[in-house]
Amino acid sequence: MKLKDYLMLALLALAIVVVSLQIGAGRGPLEGADGMAMEYISSSNEAYKPWFESIWTPPSGEIESALFALQTAIGGSIIGYYIGRKHNAKTNSCVCSRK
Amino acid sequence: MFKYLYCIMVLVLAPRFSYAMHIAEGFLPPVWCAFYLLLSLPFVMIGLKQLRAKSKLGGDMKLFIAVAAAFCFMLSALKLPSVTGSCSHPTGTGFGATIFGPFVMSVISVVVLLFQALFLAHGGLTTLGANTFSMGIVGPIVAYGIYRLAGKSKTGIFLASSLGNLATYCVTALQLAFAFPSPAGGVAVAAVKFLSIFALTQLPLAIVEGILTVIMMGIVEKYSASELEALKGGSAYEA
Repeated sequence: MKLKDYLMLALLALAIVVVSLQIGAGRGPLEGADGMAMEYISSSNEAYKPWFESIWTPPSGEIESALFALQTAIGGSIIGYYIGRKHNAKTNSCVCSRK
Repeated sequence: MFKYLYCIMVLVLAPRFSYAMHIAEGFLPPVWCAFYLLLSLPFVMIGLKQLRAKSKLGGDMKLFIAVAAAFCFMLSALKLPSVTGSCSHPTGTGFGATIFGPFVMSVISVVVLLFQALFLAHGGLTTLGANTFSMGIVGPIVAYGIYRLAGKSKTGIFLASSLGNLATYCVTALQLAFAFPSPAGGVAVAAVKFLSIFALTQLPLAIVEGILTVIMMGIVEKYSASELEALKGGSAYEA
């Protein structure tokens, strides 16, 4: 694939997210959904009580998003390292073969 | 005809809220937790064995495996808005499954799920088995199967990763339906309810995951041709 293809695909993905956001924002609160799911279970099966609690819960929404960002950053840095390393190896070997 | 129209109406109107992928801590009866744990264990064991074998294949194979894990890490933290008015996130398992086979992704999923259960109160330790089964086993197997069937093209990769994503969420819906049958109509009614809500919420996210996987695959095809060649030597199902 060429750079243009990557950009087109990335733009397409972005467009889908933006359109989803536009439609979704008019239909619901755009909250993280798992809490509501478990609320639904509690309301439809009133007898059920969760039998275990998370051993540690992020004390606030800000801390939670920080940790989510950390998770993304760990993944992103590894991929960045990989691209950099491989790109470098490729250019260097080209230089060598030219000599 | 009316029935179909009704179903579409329900799909469009019903989901005021929806369900993220992971089943929360404590929200699965102990028997089911144990069942899914035992069900997932052998797949993870196979995955560990394959992971050891593949990492010895030489070149930058360890880094290559780390990239598959990193992609999974990155995508499963990316909460995206959906048309139903709630947020959910992709899985990122399809990418690695098409390269390393499904079971390597079982191991990687356990790592991701543990991270989220321990530090984010997202998913849980008791539901780790059930969440591994949907995200780390069924999703990757579906992705790998479709990649094999659809031909190893860009379209194949797109279909594999997006349908693998959908499969993961469908399994979660079914897991919840079996554990929490509707008091009025049993498992089937609960399953229809959970599934109808899932399908639409997850659709745009599945497409986004498909596109991102195609981009990532383009990058590794450019930089890791030798590793991809080495992996072709052995079928992904062999240890």
